[in-house]
Amino acid sequence: MRQFIVFARKEFYHIFRDRRTLLILFGMPIVQIILFGFAITNEIKNADIAVLDQSKDYYSSRLVQKLTAGGYFRIDRNLRDQSSITAAFREGRIKMAVVIAPEFSQSFHHHNKGRVQLLADAGDPNTATTLINYATAIIGNFQQELNGELELPLTIDTTVTMEYNPALKSVFLFVPGVMTLILLLVSAMMTSITIAREKELGTMEILLVSPLPPALIIVGKVVPYIVLSFINALIILTMGVFIFGMPIKGSLVLLLAECVLFVLTSLSLGILISSVTDKQQTAMMASMMGLLMPTALLSGFIFPIESMPLPLQWLSNIMPAKWFIIILKDIMLKGSGLQYVWPQTLVLVGMTLFFVIMSIRNFKIRLS
Amino acid sequence: MQTPIVVQDVHKSFGAVKALHNISFTVQEGELFGLIGPDGAGKSTLFRILTTLLLADKGQATVNGLDVVKDYKAIRKIAGYMPGRFSLYQDLTVEENLHFFATIFNTTVEANYDLIEEIYVQIAPFKKRPAGKLSGGMKQKLALCCALVHKPAVLFLDEPTTGVDPVSRKEFWDMLQRLKQKGIAILVSTPYMDEAMLCDRVALIQNGQLLNIDTPQHIIAQFSKPMWAVRAKHMYRLIQDLRAFPGTDSCYAFGEYLHLTLKDGTAGVDALQAYLDTKHHEAFTMFSIQAGIEDCFMELMNTENV
Repeated sequence: MRQFIVFARKEFYHIFRDRRTLLILFGMPIVQIILFGFAITNEIKNADIAVLDQSKDYYSSRLVQKLTAGGYFRIDRNLRDQSSITAAFREGRIKMAVVIAPEFSQSFHHHNKGRVQLLADAGDPNTATTLINYATAIIGNFQQELNGELELPLTIDTTVTMEYNPALKSVFLFVPGVMTLILLLVSAMMTSITIAREKELGTMEILLVSPLPPALIIVGKVVPYIVLSFINALIILTMGVFIFGMPIKGSLVLLLAECVLFVLTSLSLGILISSVTDKQQTAMMASMMGLLMPTALLSGFIFPIESMPLPLQWLSNIMPAKWFIIILKDIMLKGSGLQYVWPQTLVLVGMTLFFVIMSIRNFKIRLS
Repeated sequence: MQTPIVVQDVHKSFGAVKALHNISFTVQEGELFGLIGPDGAGKSTLFRILTTLLLADKGQATVNGLDVVKDYKAIRKIAGYMPGRFSLYQDLTVEENLHFFATIFNTTVEANYDLIEEIYVQIAPFKKRPAGKLSGGMKQKLALCCALVHKPAVLFLDEPTTGVDPVSRKEFWDMLQRLKQKGIAILVSTPYMDEAMLCDRVALIQNGQLLNIDTPQHIIAQFSKPMWAVRAKHMYRLIQDLRAFPGTDSCYAFGEYLHLTLKDGTAGVDALQAYLDTKHHEAFTMFSIQAGIEDCFMELMNTENV
């Protein structure tokens, strides 16, 4: 036991005396979550639009008012004629143009038809689609308001509720995603590097010649990282809740327990990587390329898994991150208990066991 | 008491390279056994086989009667190993390193302090300094302390004095002599031939083969040829002239002199004198000397190469 404590303490010394390690451990998560939370977002806020109101009557100005009221759109300029639309787009400031046909109120009342044209800059198709969707929704809303006054017969009234994330905040997707990514990277990369470092610097040679059992070497190296990664998870959760307004609807204890489980999965993956590499560089590259890219792309963090080709969907099943993101979202957003997330939890437990067994089998009690 | 180290017919290859070929020797209790050989001779490989880090392809080896393959766990408890490369934690201080290695060997620094005291007092003034910031000699002393802290029965030192200044080297060997008196068997390797004289017995290793195992005194005694030390103002021209002389047996530079042996021994001196007179060397001196251990090794390595 004393051996273990001394070993773990040594590992803490390594971490705290190396500024680079500390920076990766604690700087990276904070920077990433802020980046993903604020900068990389596909929400629309204050998008600049141009308005060509050819009718300039009561209803048309109400519609324009309605468009800008939500904070989604901001009128950059009012246009006078059709030809200036192209020029306005060329300038690049506006993302969408709204054209309201002449005599809007009149045709609305007499022909039951108001005509509005939306032009979006589809150079960025995602943004264009989102903008059009927002604008259409607002216009539809406006129409309903008017219908209320006018009592039209026969309408299908669609009520849309965005469950669990009514405001469609992308942060709700990013926080669990970033949390997963960071925990995986920090845990897997750091352990694989720290074990590879012992090999590279030759200290593994002395450790092997000592009576320390291999299991103790590994556990002693990993325990400090469990603690630190858990602290990381807490930091990210706290930032998610207080800065981005992420809810934690489910049990906090369950959430933290799942975090510990995922940290263990990632750590055991790191050990596995280190058991097949001898150099810190290799270990780092393997963790970065082998984990970061597939995780970011295949875990459903950025691209929805449902829209991937079938083979990639299968492949996504072996990403521990995929399961953890599901667990996080279920607990935080839906408030699900263990009775709902046990299959994913079981998958993670299975993966952890697999990695641990593989690394013990691969651990070399000799040099070659 | 078991014989500390017994090696029998050990072979080891890395791919096509024969690292060790038919190695056999024993080290007795309280003996300081030197393994002398150039870089790449296979010294480190042999150390790693004996410290259970590598498996030999063929042959047996025991440390204190324990088989290096079967009883590797037991050997890891009783062996002290100092690898050729500095292998302590550079970011840990002297003190922390020592405590760490004491603990992983299930002991404390205090319990075996008498064994390391002599060495440790020399580095104690720097005990708060990270090991990576120590000088070469200090590093090796610390590494020796760490290898000794669990009171090993057998000590394996792989090139402990490589890259160390001459004063520290001497101190280091003095320490080894005292450790030997405490009954610890020591296997030490070195590329420096002058250090061979400090061992009880030495084995010369070259290209994975042992050339000769004997006491340094015997090895010198076996060297029968008369030898001269020669120098002149232009050493490079002199060595070329001497090597060109048909009666020359061997001619090597040793410090500021050339060590020369002749095929006909003393009888060949006159012919040499006559030959050199035609070359007109300035400040030429030549006198008879006793061959040292290095001369013997050069001789041994040469005969082996032929």
